[in-house]
Amino acid sequence: MILLRVTGVSKAFGGLRAVRRVSFDLAEGEMLGLIGPNGAGKTTLFHLVSGFLRPDEGIVTYAGESLVGLRPHDVCQRGMVRTFQIARPFLRLTVLENVVVGALERVAHRREAVAIAEEMLELTGLADRAGSMGHSLTLPDRKRLELARALATRPRVLLLDEVMAGLNPTETGRLIDLIRAIHGRGITILLIEHVMKAVMALSQRILVLNYGEVIAQGSPEEVVRDPKVIEAYLGEDSAGAEAGADFGIISGGQCCG
Amino acid sequence: MLRLGLGTAAAVALLVLPFWVPSAWQNLLITTFYYAYLGQAWNILGGYAGQLSLGHAAFFAIGAYTSAILATQYAISPWLGMFAGAALAAILSLGIGYLGFRFGLRGFYFILLTLAVAEICRLIALHLPLLGGYTGLFINYTPNPWQFQFQGKIPYYFIALGFLAAGSGIVWLIQRSKLGAYLVAIREDEDASEALGVDTFRYKMIAYALSASLTALGGTFYAYYQYYLQPNTVLHINHSVDIMIRPIVGGAGTILGPVLGSFLLELLGEFSRTYFAGGMAGLSVVIYGVLLIIVVLFLPRGVYPTLAHLMRRRRPGRAA
Repeated sequence: MILLRVTGVSKAFGGLRAVRRVSFDLAEGEMLGLIGPNGAGKTTLFHLVSGFLRPDEGIVTYAGESLVGLRPHDVCQRGMVRTFQIARPFLRLTVLENVVVGALERVAHRREAVAIAEEMLELTGLADRAGSMGHSLTLPDRKRLELARALATRPRVLLLDEVMAGLNPTETGRLIDLIRAIHGRGITILLIEHVMKAVMALSQRILVLNYGEVIAQGSPEEVVRDPKVIEAYLGEDSAGAEAGADFGIISGGQCCG
Repeated sequence: MLRLGLGTAAAVALLVLPFWVPSAWQNLLITTFYYAYLGQAWNILGGYAGQLSLGHAAFFAIGAYTSAILATQYAISPWLGMFAGAALAAILSLGIGYLGFRFGLRGFYFILLTLAVAEICRLIALHLPLLGGYTGLFINYTPNPWQFQFQGKIPYYFIALGFLAAGSGIVWLIQRSKLGAYLVAIREDEDASEALGVDTFRYKMIAYALSASLTALGGTFYAYYQYYLQPNTVLHINHSVDIMIRPIVGGAGTILGPVLGSFLLELLGEFSRTYFAGGMAGLSVVIYGVLLIIVVLFLPRGVYPTLAHLMRRRRPGRAA
């Protein structure tokens, strides 16, 4: 079943056409990677799908229903939740309270919300930080908190915006395991990622965006061998020479995002 | 146990206090409670939801004038009229909120909007004969409790205390509810809240209407404590500042903040008036201002959070 369907979606900021007639489907239970060089329009596409921006043209449907014109909380209420590229914990709330806010999306009473929040902290490995304030968390923990908060809203689709950015290889490895575990719970995942190791390890299918357009899609193996993709990442000159090579040069790369 | 004991002792003290302090002190306590109550009302919007309003005098005045006009012109008891005032204030707040929040006004721009609306209300009141214009509106004194009029200060003491207790109770309930969690989330990060399913527009509107109507109820108390309403007093920006400054000094977004802030500022004001009023004109106000600056400078999050932090540090094993 197709959960999320994006059809011919475009968005321009003044003269900059950030997203141009992008179409793709996300099937239930899938883990789809969205990659592309900086400025390719990945985050804009996330904004369009999650209700933070309204597309200039095109249609976004979730489980058959159009999302155009809905606000982010409506989208969340329907079962699709996003995280932010730069983790945005509620700084002056405890970690538990942060997650309670997400949990209250599904339950009316605090007591139930706290129970859900505790379960999500357990899942994301933050249980021992429950009483810490948001501002006291390290970057890896902030990333986990983003996940815990989003999961507490009980989503069917999780949109992850560069959760690996800024993590070292060990932390990246742990987070890959966590995302696999989340996916194992039956949650459909669309992830933007710069860290190739993570994209390759997680994605069943990859969509490549460049200058706002989809330039390639397919299995991870197909995509990294696609000359257009290599050109987009490494520049025109290297396209011939590097065609067929894998992404050794940028795999594990810590892009600034 | 200790907390229960302290609480009981404080309650008993508050109940017997008015009977053995001089009249000037009764007045001081009444003002303290009543500003703490207004601070509590402001706190819902400003402290919890993080939407700073510099125009709460407008809601206050709507409450004061509505109940006064209903009583003097239509013989409706202020005990009922105060709710009409609260309803009108809620309507105005929803109007401002709709304009402000729908168009995404945040921070300074929202503050300016609230200030502008209060100024417009002041100018309208100055030119409305029904409200007494520049001369102001006098309320005849007929010591009839049904008319919200009492002999002596002690009834006002208990009413002000009752307002404060009820207002604090409402804030306590909010704090423990979904509404409270959502308001605080909106204050911390509006976009992140939206992403997590919080209808930020709706919850900001609820906070604004609650805050405005509670403020209006306080206006009725003022009208029948002072028996005189003048636009340049009740609707002046100074009055909006008076309402917001106590929760800010005491600790915005905490239930004890407005109470502590009100006690502290009343005492500071009284202290500067008593000891510095004789000499140069305005010196007491300067001293008050300097003391205020010191408080804000050294306790930027407010008195209560700083105190709570110190208490936690003194108790080992419970350090956060």
